[in-house]
Order: sequence, then C-alpha cells, then structure tokens
Amino acid sequence: MPEVTFDQLLADDGRVEPRDEMPDAYRRTLIRQIAQHAHSEIIGMQPEGNWISRAPSLRRKAILMAKVQDEAGHGLYLYAAAETLGVDRADLLDQLHTGRQKYSSIFNYPTLSWADVGAIGWLVDGAAIVNQVPLCRCSYGPYARAMVRVCKEESFHQRQGFEILHTLAHGSPAQHAMAQDAVDRYWWPSLMMFGPPDDDSPNSARSMAWGIKRFSNDELRQRFVDMTVPQAEVLGLTLPDPELRWDEERGHYAFGTVDFSELQEVIAGNGPCNRDRMAHRVGAHEDGAWVRDAATAYALKQAARTEGAA
Amino acid sequence: MTQWPLWEVFVRSRRGLSHVHVGSLHAPDAELALRNARDVYTRRQEGVSLWVVPSAEIVASDPGEREAFFDPADDKVYRHPTFYSVPDGVEHL
Amino acid sequence: MSLVPYVLALADDALVSAQRTAWWISRAPELEEDLALANIGLDQLGQARSLLSYAGAVEGAGRTEDDLAYLRDDRDFRNVWLVERPQTDFGVTMARLLVFSSWQCELYAALASCGDPTVSAIAAKAVKEVAYHRDHARLWTLRLGDGTEESHQRMQAALDAEWPYVEELFEPVDGALVDPASLRTAVLDRVQSVVQDATLAVPTTAPVVGGGRRGLHTEHLGHLLADMQHLHRSHPGVTW
Repeated sequence: MPEVTFDQLLADDGRVEPRDEMPDAYRRTLIRQIAQHAHSEIIGMQPEGNWISRAPSLRRKAILMAKVQDEAGHGLYLYAAAETLGVDRADLLDQLHTGRQKYSSIFNYPTLSWADVGAIGWLVDGAAIVNQVPLCRCSYGPYARAMVRVCKEESFHQRQGFEILHTLAHGSPAQHAMAQDAVDRYWWPSLMMFGPPDDDSPNSARSMAWGIKRFSNDELRQRFVDMTVPQAEVLGLTLPDPELRWDEERGHYAFGTVDFSELQEVIAGNGPCNRDRMAHRVGAHEDGAWVRDAATAYALKQAARTEGAA
Repeated sequence: MTQWPLWEVFVRSRRGLSHVHVGSLHAPDAELALRNARDVYTRRQEGVSLWVVPSAEIVASDPGEREAFFDPADDKVYRHPTFYSVPDGVEHL
Repeated sequence: MSLVPYVLALADDALVSAQRTAWWISRAPELEEDLALANIGLDQLGQARSLLSYAGAVEGAGRTEDDLAYLRDDRDFRNVWLVERPQTDFGVTMARLLVFSSWQCELYAALASCGDPTVSAIAAKAVKEVAYHRDHARLWTLRLGDGTEESHQRMQAALDAEWPYVEELFEPVDGALVDPASLRTAVLDRVQSVVQDATLAVPTTAPVVGGGRRGLHTEHLGHLLADMQHLHRSHPGVTW
C-alpha cells in the first residue's frame, strides 16, 4: 500500500501533522499565517490594555485583565503551533519587531474611550470569531487544535464587549453617546478585518485548496454583517452605513462599500497607532532581555551544579 | 538572542483520568516550566495535576515508518471482542 | 474599635498592588510571564474586592466596593508605601512581590483563624493565592540574583530600593485583628533566606518615615488614583 500522500490527506479532509511531508509552499503559507495571527493576539493586548488602569468599576477591571491575559495565551498557543513547523518563537518575534511580518490592522486604531473596549469585544472579537471558527477545521492539526482552544476561551470576550455596550447604551446620555461614537469608529475597520474583496485576494484560492481557508473573505464578511445588524438593534445603537438594509431577494443584509484604500494605508504603516504599537512591543521585548538572559544563565549554572554533584 | 527551551504540557483534568497533552510553552528550566504551565493552561479549572517534558526529550515515531509500525495490526481482528459470535441468550460474556 | 480602618488598610494594599501589577500585562519579559503576572494581579484585585465590600458592609453607610475604590481621595487610602510607588523594572517588581507576598502570607495565615468569620474566610482563600505569589517571587529572585552579572546588580539595586519600605508593614494599625509587629520575624526570616540563596546581600538601607496607615502617602499615589478614578468620577452615579 502506498504512503498516504499530502494530496490524498487533503482530499480525504484528513489532518496534516508536524512530521508529515508537506509542500514547502504549504509550510511557508502556514508559518506566515499562524505567525501573523499570533502577532495580532499580542499586539491586540495593547488597545484594551490601555484601559485596564482606568476601568470604571472593579468588576470591569477584573474582566478586562482576564481578557487581555487570554490574548497573551492565544498568542502563545499560536506561536507554539507555528513552532511545530520548524521555526522559533524568537525568530517570529524578531520578524514582527523588524516589520517583516504583519499583524491585524485593526489594532492600529486607538482606544479613545471606555466604550472602545466594548466595541472591540463586540465587533473586533465578533469578526475574529467568524474568521476563526472555520480555522478549527484547518487542515494543519496543530493550528486547528490551537484554534479550538482559542475559540473556546474567546466566547466570553464577545459577550463582555456586548455587555459593556449594552450597559452604556442604556445608561446616561453621555454614556450612550460614548457607545455610539465607539461603534461609529470601529464598524468599518471591523469589516476590513476579513481582508480584501475576493476578486482582489490572490492567495485565497490556494489556501482554500489546501484546507487552510474554508470560506472566502466576502462570504465571511457577509456572515458577520448578518449576525451583527440584529445585535445592534438590541443595543439600541446604529451602524454608520446609510446603505445598510435587508435584501429580501438575497436573504442577506446589503451594505456599503468598504474603503480598502484606508486598509492599504494602515497596512503600509500609516495607521493612527502603528508606530506606538511597535514601540510598545519592541520596548517590552528589549527591556526584558536581561531577565530572559538571567534565567538562561541560572538554568545553565543549576545544570552544571547538578552534574557536579552527581 | 537566547530562546528559552520548549516544553510540552500534559494536564490531568480530574482524578481518575490520564494526563493529556494540551500544548507547549517556553521556560528556562523545569521549575518555571511547571509554573508557566499552571499559569497558561489551567486558568479555567482545566486541571488537578500537571506534567511538563522538554520537547527535545520526546521520542516520536517516524511518519515514514507508519505502515511498518501500524498496519500489521490491521488483520489481527481476533484481538477485538466483536470478532467472536456469541449465541443468543448468553449474557455477561 | 471599628474594624473598618483595618480592613480598608488591607484592601488598599491589595488594590494598589493590583493596579501596579496590571501595568505589566503586555510588557512582561516573555509571554509566559505576562500570563503569570496577570494571574497575580487578578488574585490581588479579587482580595481587594472582597475586603472593600466587607469594609463597606461593616461601616453600614451603604458604600460599595466601587464607592470605596473610586470615590476616596489619597488621604483616605490606608495602604503602605511599599505598594504605591511606580515600578517599571522587573527586578523591582519581583523584590517588592517577595516582600509583600511574604508578609501577606503570614498575615492571611494568622487572619484565617481570627475571630471575625468574614475576614477569616477571605484570608483562608487568599493565603493559597499569596503562597503562589511568594513562590513566584522566590523563583525569580533566585534567577535574577544568581543569573548574569547584570541581573545580579539590578536585583541587588532593586532590593536596596524596596528595603526602606519594609518596616512600615509592621507598624501598628487601628483595629488590627493581628498585631502587625507579631509577623515581623517570620516575614524577615523568609525574605532574608531567599535573598541569601540568591547570592544577594540583605540590604542595610534605613527605613523611611512612612505614614500610609494614617493616610499620609508619597506623591505617587495621587497620580495612581487620578488615573484609576477619573473615568468613574467623570460620570457620577451611573452604572458600568
């Protein structure tokens, strides 16, 4: 019986595991995608982390700390998944710090008010979940398993965001205005999280064939809009799109055109917070070098001491 | 640039069950690996016991030898209870 | 004597610590440590919330945990100086955590069998948490003290910088359920043995004249509270 080939595995909807043979391009694509996903999680700690010290109640503070902590965990799971493909976390971080690998552009927008924490939970995490749920069935086993864990933990993130906005929207006029302003600013960037339109997404077809991607960008974007519009009604908040309406014929919400030129600008490094996010991240990494080195040195000394004693 | 070694983490979710692999992490040594495992992988009451093993210490079978390793078991159906027919009416067998 | 000042003192220690610890989330030396410090901060915040709620209940004026956290000025806070000063150096954070958690460990262990059932229950839960914090601080003090030459120097400098604030932990507090002075020997023994194991010297820096328990603070606390309280205070009486 012949060795099960990569193509057969994919055809049977099987899972590729780390030590299996796989095409170089598949490996490279996965490393790039998983690393970018991991980078997004850890850069994503910053916009919400910005409000931990100022959270308006101790309950909210605890929830937010736990949520930002989860994002560190998600980054960690994803780096570990990438490492099964033969790269080191340190190298991936280096690529992030030197700008050779990207992270999700959504995190280059500022959190200007407390309501932004709610909008990130509801819209950004909501969009992330729509993107991520299909990844739990990704053809690469370690990535799929990491995503199962991420999705399980993520489920509280969206709810807490919705709860924040619901409370604000039903609170004082100033709170309502804060919530509406946050949704106005985060709506379009959230739609951009699904990537360029299908006819302008050159690598999508190959990723679909490889079972890394299960649905097209536009399909997922539509799914997100369909999910979110009725939730906005419950919140009592409007979405900043005059063209948004129910399309009876298609059975979906129709929505306006996303300004992808803005996305291109943010990806190019010209978003409102690109420089701040990188400076924060690189600063933390450099400030921690002496600590990492110390732990390594101590471990070597301890090993030598144990050996000497034996 | 020094990178702490990689460790594999196994969690016993409750007493009576085996430790199951849940993921990996980086740590400079065994003591911190165990504590990092607690902080990373048991934040939601996932476990009552932890193992950490240096990833480099895992000995794995080779996918290229999968057939030689695992296929010979395919035809030993007599190892499974369903291989045997039991007359109607016989219980506790 | 009312329990309120004492419970508030312990609550404020935990709350201000949590506020400082949380700063590390997204800034730790390695991702694993982001998670560890977030866990420690969450434990401290949880202790603060329990103690603040109880202080409010004993006081009987209807003040909630948030009223007490957000609507008191720095002169009404009762935390020690050890926890309120800025800390952006990992060595300082670990030195402070070693002292603070060693003290909390002895304190909560003693309070777990005190006469007040609520404080006793809070302490019995918290003592498990702070034992883990103490262990975390111990492991890092060993690694930084006995790691590289640079880390040894930085950890020694961190300890020297924190040491003047240690004695305040043992000063008398109104309404104390456990005499602070009675914890001194056990705490110092524990800290000193870790410091020595880490090849570091026990500092000889003299204690500063504190005053946190009487509501006299460093200039830093006002800034910490301004940051922590401003949003809550900008919208009086609303729900979050």
